[in-house]
Amino acid sequence: MKNKNIIVKLIEGLGSNTLYFVSDVGRMGLFLLFTIFGFFKRPFRHKVLLKEIKLIGAHSFLVIFFTAAFTGMVLGVQGYYTLSKFGSEGLLGSAVALTLIRELGPVLTALMVTGRAGSAMCAEIGIMRISQQIDALECMSIDPYRFLITPKFLATMIAVPLLTLMFNVVGIFGGYLSGVILLDVNPGAFFSGMEHSVLNKDINLGIIKSMVFALIIVWVCTSRGFQLEKIRFSGFGAESVSRVTTQAVVLSSISILIWDYLLTAMLL
Amino acid sequence: MGEPIIKFIDVHKSFETPTGETQRVLKGVNFGIMPGMTTVIGGGSGQGKSVAIKLVLGLMQPDSGQILVNGEDITKMDRKELNEVRKNFGVLFQSVALFDSLTVFENVALPLREKTKQNKKEIHEKVTSSLTQFDLQGHEEKFPAQLSGGMQKRVGLARALQLQPEIMLFDEPTTGLDPTRSLEIYRLFHKIQRELGYTSIIVSHDIPKIFNLADRIVVMHDGKAKVFNSSEEIQWSNDPVIQDFVQVTMGHIYQSRQENE
Repeated sequence: MKNKNIIVKLIEGLGSNTLYFVSDVGRMGLFLLFTIFGFFKRPFRHKVLLKEIKLIGAHSFLVIFFTAAFTGMVLGVQGYYTLSKFGSEGLLGSAVALTLIRELGPVLTALMVTGRAGSAMCAEIGIMRISQQIDALECMSIDPYRFLITPKFLATMIAVPLLTLMFNVVGIFGGYLSGVILLDVNPGAFFSGMEHSVLNKDINLGIIKSMVFALIIVWVCTSRGFQLEKIRFSGFGAESVSRVTTQAVVLSSISILIWDYLLTAMLL
Repeated sequence: MGEPIIKFIDVHKSFETPTGETQRVLKGVNFGIMPGMTTVIGGGSGQGKSVAIKLVLGLMQPDSGQILVNGEDITKMDRKELNEVRKNFGVLFQSVALFDSLTVFENVALPLREKTKQNKKEIHEKVTSSLTQFDLQGHEEKFPAQLSGGMQKRVGLARALQLQPEIMLFDEPTTGLDPTRSLEIYRLFHKIQRELGYTSIIVSHDIPKIFNLADRIVVMHDGKAKVFNSSEEIQWSNDPVIQDFVQVTMGHIYQSRQENE
């Protein structure tokens, strides 16, 4: 009898988890669809878009700058000691540039933006949900997707690729600083190696990745906040905002790493 | 008396609790809201008063039953149709729901900016006149967090009335206010309603304070609704549940009336 109960509970749990997963995916799909519809509705909130670009992009500048500079410097040092074993220090520039442009630039930028701006977006929307501000918009017949979500989507899609490009440039100079200035690699070899090995294809791959990551960040973070009351085990009130924000950051970060592998495998 | 402007017909609504149990909040609710009147929806905590408001606004769907607004069943409407119906409503939420990042002026101007084609000058004039009416002049550039609870309620009311709604919904409008402020707010509601003539629905457990304003009282209990057409009717009810409700919530009714006068 006891075993039977355990089996029934297992089957019940599996069924309820599957139902929750399917409805969650459905809700996220509808959320994206309504947000896309929001792009075509008027009035368009230009000033809010600029404010969001400032919050997501300009305010992330310092974080991205330091992350990029030190990542580039570490790559310079690591690359130098690895390549010097084979007498190929001259390839340091291309190694640093390719690693940054194809992989670390888009991924680290996306992870930094998730931690800084994604969490803020999720918490802001979540607080608006629990304090009935989103209900108030609906009651005034104002589409909350157009009003709240669309500007954040556009701003993230603009800001993240630009931050990624900035990350790449600063990272390469970080590699130059540690490799050429500190470890005496020939500067001509550093830049000419980079010029020959970095192709348009690599830059395009980096840009495509950054755009996909931007979509993941803004989609996951805003939808989690917006649907806060429908998320399982999120609790109530302030606690629910904190839990859902943590969940959004974790989910975005993992999705970014999974999609990084998939895009590399598909497009390289 | 005419046809009800809002009608609940056999409305059921249940929720799943965190422990996985089903909690039936509304078990076949039937009542109507008459146009131009003030209806107070009362009842204990968890009896489904706020749920009824959310259902009327289409923010929630009932499990079964019909909710008619101006004769049209809103439970079968899509988002676009619901938005049309919502234009008839003004809502003052329990938490007021002012936008934290907008100033008092921007909050009040929001419905006009978003839902009308009025120019900047017209909006400025209308909002300024509204703020004066609600005694909020001089606070235009403040943010909601810089206002007292009573002032926030007045800003919320000013915002809700910008599009001249046919029906005003007040969800626990005096939560968090002291008795004097509560009384001021209710007097303000009464005054504005007499001026504008909208239908007013007030969800409140603060029955003694609001008793003089109510034309009808709906008491929610155990998933059902009972309607009373006058204060005398509710006081002389033989229903033991209603007798309890009267005793608990309206014990000081006459004292409250004296305060009002």
